[in-house]
Amino acid sequence: MSDLLQVTDLEVEFRQSGEGIVSAVRGVSFRIRPGETVALVGESGSGKSVVAQSIMGILPRNGRIAGGEIRLNDPVTGTIVISKLDRDDRRMRALRGNRMAMVFQEPMTSLSPVHRIGDQIGEAYRLRHRASRTEVQERTEETLRLVGFPNPRQALRSYPFELSGGLRQRAVIAMGLICRPSLLIADEPTTALDVTIQAQILKLLFDLQQQFGMAILMITHDLGVVANLAREVLVMYQGRIVESGPRDDLFANPCHPYLKALLHAVPRFREDNRQRLVPIREIASEGGQLLSRAITPWPADGDRAGPLLSVAGVSKSYHGQRGGWFAGPASAGMPAVDDISFTIRRGECLGLVGESGCGKTTLAKILMRAITPDQGRVLFNNRGHQIDVLGLDGHALMQWRQRQQIIFQDPFGSLDPRMTVFDIIVEPLVIHRVGSAEERQALVEDLMALVGLERQHVHRHPHSFSGGQRQRIGIARALALRPDLVLCDEPVSALDVSIQAQILNLLKDLQSRLGLTYLFISHNLAVVDYLADRVMVMCQGRIVEIAPRKSLFCNPVHPYTQTLLLAVPNPDPRFPLDFTQLGPCRTSDPGAWPAPFTIPPAADPASRPRLIDLGNDHWVRATKELTSCARA
Amino acid sequence: MISYLVRRILIMIPTLLVISVIIFTIIQLPPGDYLSTMVAELQARGESIDQGRLHFLRETYGLDQSPVERYGHWIAGLAHGDFGWSFEYGMPVRDVVGDRLLLTVIVSGATVLFIWLVSFPIAIYSATHPYSWGDYTLTLIGFLGLATPSFLFALVLLYLANVLFGLPIGGLMAPAYQDAPWSWGKVLSILSHLWLPVIVIGSSGTAGMIRRLRANLMDELNKQYVVTARAKGLSPTRLLIKYPLRLALNPFIADIGAILPQIISGAAVVSIVLSLPTEGPMLLDALRSQDMYLAGSFLMFMAVLTVVGVFLSDIALALLDPRIRLGGGVRR
Repeated sequence: MSDLLQVTDLEVEFRQSGEGIVSAVRGVSFRIRPGETVALVGESGSGKSVVAQSIMGILPRNGRIAGGEIRLNDPVTGTIVISKLDRDDRRMRALRGNRMAMVFQEPMTSLSPVHRIGDQIGEAYRLRHRASRTEVQERTEETLRLVGFPNPRQALRSYPFELSGGLRQRAVIAMGLICRPSLLIADEPTTALDVTIQAQILKLLFDLQQQFGMAILMITHDLGVVANLAREVLVMYQGRIVESGPRDDLFANPCHPYLKALLHAVPRFREDNRQRLVPIREIASEGGQLLSRAITPWPADGDRAGPLLSVAGVSKSYHGQRGGWFAGPASAGMPAVDDISFTIRRGECLGLVGESGCGKTTLAKILMRAITPDQGRVLFNNRGHQIDVLGLDGHALMQWRQRQQIIFQDPFGSLDPRMTVFDIIVEPLVIHRVGSAEERQALVEDLMALVGLERQHVHRHPHSFSGGQRQRIGIARALALRPDLVLCDEPVSALDVSIQAQILNLLKDLQSRLGLTYLFISHNLAVVDYLADRVMVMCQGRIVEIAPRKSLFCNPVHPYTQTLLLAVPNPDPRFPLDFTQLGPCRTSDPGAWPAPFTIPPAADPASRPRLIDLGNDHWVRATKELTSCARA
Repeated sequence: MISYLVRRILIMIPTLLVISVIIFTIIQLPPGDYLSTMVAELQARGESIDQGRLHFLRETYGLDQSPVERYGHWIAGLAHGDFGWSFEYGMPVRDVVGDRLLLTVIVSGATVLFIWLVSFPIAIYSATHPYSWGDYTLTLIGFLGLATPSFLFALVLLYLANVLFGLPIGGLMAPAYQDAPWSWGKVLSILSHLWLPVIVIGSSGTAGMIRRLRANLMDELNKQYVVTARAKGLSPTRLLIKYPLRLALNPFIADIGAILPQIISGAAVVSIVLSLPTEGPMLLDALRSQDMYLAGSFLMFMAVLTVVGVFLSDIALALLDPRIRLGGGVRR
């Protein structure tokens, strides 16, 4: 069989102001056979997206193909040498969106916000075929049904912002498929999505490929996705393909150190021995003596007063937006978090898992006293003294804030770009008037060493650091006040796999060295599995299951937890995702869960399912019937 | 949508009332009133005025009443279309203003049109060919337009127009039509005079608009959805018009409300230099001589223009941008 796409010695350069010419892709060669899935793996900056852009002829203006050849042997159009064509050439435009299409990473931004879905999807078809308006509409509707839109006719007339993230990504895929291309390039198509939706999209791509026999070039850094979908794997590192071959060979016998390292850097899910992750570049964490000296020790009977943090019955509703003076009354409240109760014991790491929009961050903000809940109680055990956190104000609140700090998700947005690293790390100390100038100076240097940053970089600004380094600055800032409890709100979700491993290891080390307690929030189950002692699963503002890590991952009781676990792609081809087990997209609807777990939307509070103790620290939200079932 | 429109129109009433209070207060703020200014002027010339007559005038003009009473009179009159009495001209404000309002609207409207017609092609060229020679040249001209005082520009253009084309200096129509009733000839005469003030008044606005549209468009051009559209195989021109340009327009539609009063007040100096029979010069005079009802009416007129302009631009935005029309209360 002849190859559909042949890339030979491709070289791509970028002209950058101030830096001259930077070469991004250096001599890449590969081929894709018709109907085959090839995965292109590499960390960010390795040049994998540039390869895709070169094939599609959509390189940024400052980039150009400096050498090599891209050849498309399409049965419809014949052989075309893409690399010879200008990006706006008529022949090139006839290929783009027609014989080869691309699906982008960000479903939020890759659709125009002011044009209807139907218009944007049908456009590529309208360009090629002299079709009437109704024909285009029918074709679009058919494609939308194909990608699993529940109501395609209605979707034609809706706008992107009216759709959820998963549906938007389906719309983007539909846009690529409308002309039934022979090659689909998917650039991190699931990175921005939740696991359950990711699994659905992967299944969709798989099914569509079976149906149309199109080839897929899948660009990703998620080895779990690769293991599930690809047949051939190309590994890119610094603009070169360092390893390539059939998937099973590559996963079984990785040769290049980069691939080996990549495989070791991924937290493995449901692995019994928690092997320490091996980041590609290890960071050295030292110092910390000053910090550990400054921690007030706990009295022997300090833990008798209760767990470090106990939360009981916390709820918070948001009210719909009101539209000015003459608007009608505010719409009924949507519960963001509902009836949240849990405890965090001193020295443990409690994982909190849930999909986006389930209320994880709202809960973190309530615990930080940034949002006041409508009801509920939060108690903090400060060395034997129980503090009512929600009742604190004034000086007592300031005092308590030193005990609990937070690490944020976005390493770019959470650091003020106008402050130096020193200013950022020292700020909590200044706010709480801790120490003299010399002591602060010494402590900041100690903290820098602790998180593995160079002491002499203390006067640089955040922009001169990478994402992982910035996240370490955020960690240093959170630790400056020697807190007892640290809330980690998705601290690694914005980072590359290899960097993620660094940060996870760092957090683990810091916990044991400084005796910290974590509430670790993440949507990534494998990451939670790596760090947490106990895990709490949240859905639609409610906690549905709390259990020790092992029993939750090996013996999940709640149907939502089960779906969540099934949907995680394992970076090992021997354990593929079971697409047949993944139901339709209603898994996160509490009204659709089976009997003892159902939460009907308008149930009266008394008969609603509550957290029920299954023994061994395992709690699940269900009605009383469950326990009787279990006993019987 | 209907209820929204009604709500917006209703909310304009309290807004305008508040504005009228502010306008009235500000006009009242300088010490004295029209009569005391007049007396001071007469005394400076060595003349004197009969106290009895002064008292009579004060009473007839209502200047002996408290400011609150006077405001009440004024606002009640406005509601009936009675704009009050101009002291300076000795006749009703409505007659003093006369054609000036219409001419102001004509000049301003033509200026807005000029700004849009000239700045759009230039801005689009600049944004799609950034850092090219064309872009730099146009940018330079734009900065010159921004930096040149418009009255100076007006004088230069007047001189050139007179010397090169033999056009009459100043005014908005040939002297023969000055007080003549409206006729076809008068309209033609206005049109032939209009281009000069429009260019002068519009030059800085055009330059500003080019800069902002270029920046907006360049932002939009780098967005992901543009790449998506390019990946569909759209031709560059179609792509540009359908996606980024459409989104880059939003700020300008939002600007319509603010641009009208800005042009009118900004044009005052130019209007004086060019002796245009528009609002600006008259407003300036009225404010100087404390001809309070005349000044107040002009300011109210501008306030109405702003409020209505903002209203229109909000509606246009809602029509153009579904996020505004449908997005209220939708959470991601």
